[in-house]
Amino acid sequence: MVQQVSAKEPTAQQIAEQKIYQQFGVSDSEYELICSFMGRQPNYTEIGVFSVMWSEHCAYKNSKPLLRRFPTSGPRVLMGPGEGAGIVDIGDNQAVVFKIESHNHPSAVEPYQGAATGVGGIIRDIFSMGARPVALLNSLRFGKLESDRVKYLFEHVVSGIAGYGNCIGIPTVAGEVMFDNSYDGNPLVNAMCVGLIDHDKIQRGVAKGVGNPVFYVGPPTGRDGIHGATFASVELSEESEAKKTAVQVGDPFMEKLVMESCLELIDSGIVLGIQDMGAAGLTCSSAEMASKAGNGLELYLDQVPQREEGMTPYEMMLSESQERMLFVVEPKDEAQAMEIFERWGVICAKVGKVTDDGCLKLFHHGELVGDMPVQALVDECPVYDKPSSVPAYYVENEKVDTLRYDEVKDLGGALKKVLASPTVASKAWVYNQYDYMVRTSTAVRPGSDAAVITIHGTRKGLAMTTDCNGRYVYLDPEVGGKIAVSEAARNIVCSGAEPLAITDNLNFGSPEKPDIFWQMERAVDGMAEACRVLDTPVIGGNVSLYNENASGAIYPTPVVGMVGLLHDTDHITTQGFKQEGDVIFLLGNTQAELGGSEFQYAVHGLTEGRPPVLDLDTEKKLLAGVLGAIQSGLVQSAHDLSEGGLAVALAESCISGSLGAHVTLSSQLRNDLALFSESQSRILLSATKEHADKLQAYLSEQGVPVTLIGSVGGESLVVEINDAPALNETVAGLRQVWEDAIPCLMK
Amino acid sequence: MKFAVLVFPGSNCDIDCYKAVEEAVQEPVDYVWHTATDLSAYDCILVPGGFSYGDYLRCGAISRFAPVMNEVAKAAEEGKYILGICNGFQILTEANLLPGALLRNTSMKFRCHDTVLKVVNNQTPFTNDFELNEEIVIPIAHGEGNYYCDEETLKQLQQNNQIVFTYKDNPNGSLADIAGISNVRGNVVGMMPHPERAVSELLGSADGKRMFTSILKAWRDTHGTASVR
Repeated sequence: MVQQVSAKEPTAQQIAEQKIYQQFGVSDSEYELICSFMGRQPNYTEIGVFSVMWSEHCAYKNSKPLLRRFPTSGPRVLMGPGEGAGIVDIGDNQAVVFKIESHNHPSAVEPYQGAATGVGGIIRDIFSMGARPVALLNSLRFGKLESDRVKYLFEHVVSGIAGYGNCIGIPTVAGEVMFDNSYDGNPLVNAMCVGLIDHDKIQRGVAKGVGNPVFYVGPPTGRDGIHGATFASVELSEESEAKKTAVQVGDPFMEKLVMESCLELIDSGIVLGIQDMGAAGLTCSSAEMASKAGNGLELYLDQVPQREEGMTPYEMMLSESQERMLFVVEPKDEAQAMEIFERWGVICAKVGKVTDDGCLKLFHHGELVGDMPVQALVDECPVYDKPSSVPAYYVENEKVDTLRYDEVKDLGGALKKVLASPTVASKAWVYNQYDYMVRTSTAVRPGSDAAVITIHGTRKGLAMTTDCNGRYVYLDPEVGGKIAVSEAARNIVCSGAEPLAITDNLNFGSPEKPDIFWQMERAVDGMAEACRVLDTPVIGGNVSLYNENASGAIYPTPVVGMVGLLHDTDHITTQGFKQEGDVIFLLGNTQAELGGSEFQYAVHGLTEGRPPVLDLDTEKKLLAGVLGAIQSGLVQSAHDLSEGGLAVALAESCISGSLGAHVTLSSQLRNDLALFSESQSRILLSATKEHADKLQAYLSEQGVPVTLIGSVGGESLVVEINDAPALNETVAGLRQVWEDAIPCLMK
Repeated sequence: MKFAVLVFPGSNCDIDCYKAVEEAVQEPVDYVWHTATDLSAYDCILVPGGFSYGDYLRCGAISRFAPVMNEVAKAAEEGKYILGICNGFQILTEANLLPGALLRNTSMKFRCHDTVLKVVNNQTPFTNDFELNEEIVIPIAHGEGNYYCDEETLKQLQQNNQIVFTYKDNPNGSLADIAGISNVRGNVVGMMPHPERAVSELLGSADGKRMFTSILKAWRDTHGTASVR
């Protein structure tokens, strides 16, 4: 007989009669389903456990049907979605492990700790697979960088990421930050971690072997983060501020010790299963580990290390105290495991046992206080196919003519405006707060198309990037989804690496709204198609819904985190021009495409129309051609054209290389369109004079449109269009605008 | 010659120091745990960067009490070479093996980027491979690297030629642009910039390599080539 725990908690009957379950985000029909699985009414602890396991955050109940549309396998994929993180083979018995995860809601109310614990959580996902974390990335979105609140969020999110990553000693090597009113009040904080592992060290979160002991590792459990997963599965509101206790507090020093000791434990070869306690803490880790093994689990809650007195089973099961892990070994290996944690000064306690009855049983003060079928907790949450409908804005946007704006004649002024837009401006203010060099493997630092880290003891490396332009996705989710994947691949290729796979973070508004669900469907379809064509399967990811504020949903922002394999460090390529006299080529075709562009936003103050089109076969040829050219040693610099189009790409290559350029274009387009259109599948290359002909011939052979547009040299960026001067700005002047923009706004 | 890299709970540049020794001078090197009570086997002790004990108190304030620090003090007295980098520098000041203290950067922010250092003393065992006043590129990565000492101490540092490196463009507010100092005898050096991160052109700079070759050269000069492996 399951006991009532505390007189203060409502009884099972009260929960049913007063519909208290609704406060936990459990619907009437879900409650009835839970009762039928249990064969009785759940008590307070049990309904709490069910509510987090059946939250969107843990069960993906609104997104599962969409996630099934992603390609998730490939010859190199060693592990797809479902475990802590996906794994891809990189040869020589090595593999790369990576995943991205959101911490949007916590960061909206407590930016420092919200962001810091987001980093801590994703690191645990990586080392729980047995991998050594080697790099961190992030993808951030904020409102317009004008209000004090946005500045406060931006400042503290960045310092939270820095505080955690710097202390634990994993370099933060790349990321992206974009600013738009759409994210006002609901910032996005997505953190990604990349790890390296030998094939034979790969771990799984399974509670194997009936009778085996279950161990808890890490700091004691407190009352922080209770119902964090549920909190992340509702819209933010004024009440959210009052839910600050749902935000956890991070301790990167503790995580460093937990990480080192767990990696040593895994290295010893005695671990049968290991999983981190992330969202829904002890509840999710124990239920999932039991489920994956087809077993049950008993937890003795008196044995759980506790930071506060008088904690109830409900509080212990739902706490999201950080830096905790759960693992299973055979009884004969207990002493060896304990010895490792003792040496690292990390708490390790035996808290449970693997059973064969398929139930998660909780004991407290000698009494059974919870008894739930594991299968029901993990796999039986209902999955909803939400209604979807085409939003009115999408229909209206078809009629918008993005060429109706008056021609901008002051192209230098426009370029400076776009360069000073915080989305385009230098992010040095951000990444100089991150230690991006620790572990001494960072060969390409933040600020180029993708970061590159070397793999010690080999000539290989890994390139990595995060990308998504929410404006494109908003204007056309399918095209925007394709562009997000393609741009990531372009960044990887521009660094000299071969795209391997992606992890995705689907940030959307409320799926209850048919407009929003339509955005989700279309974006996923676009991404899935791009992943299929470009051969970059989705090996894991995260879904963050209910990203809304008083004025509505955020722009749909399905962030793509991509990792590529650099076959030889000789192939490393960066965006900056390299030497006087080098020849500049523009690859791809430029159309009149301003919808969703940075020019449209920064100069005309609008986001409307349709985004640029993208043809995946064209993209694929471009990527293959550029990678081949780089690997053949024909390329000096490579830079993908994205926000701000050709003008910004040229300016960035000049600034990064501290060199000017003389460019002559011939174009059918208006000058402002020729320079600021954001047509896709375009890349800027430079090559030595000696290699120029060979490069051009090679690319033409590969079916890549290639135009010689100028040469590197001087101290200014000079552009002539159809033999008439269009732009003439000193590189020093452009650099100043680009570098000063964010520091000035943050003063 | 044998190197030790100390490991405190929270050290995170220990691996980088170890790799740098291997790459720069190919001499034997061991990780030595903070609980160690014997450093007699080592000729040079590297105190690496990181966040020892989380640095939730003053940086290095807890590490100075680790058992191994008694041995570090002993080794310093014996004239062995001791190099503290970043958090290692902070620990050496807390342990009174070097004068002064490291305060928060004036920007109040963690800063990570390359810096240009001037070698203002090339007569130490750590800098003999540099030219006097040579400018070298070594990265920094710290939130509390703002060197401070009282006027009297600064005067002594200057008189005794104890200032080893200065910043060309002061990134953190350090007094007199100080980036690294030595003890009076010159066998203990602490610096905020990370020479172990600058041992390969591929990673941005190889200027830090010469700190390691300097150490080896100094050791060979005092121990004679006969004892070199």
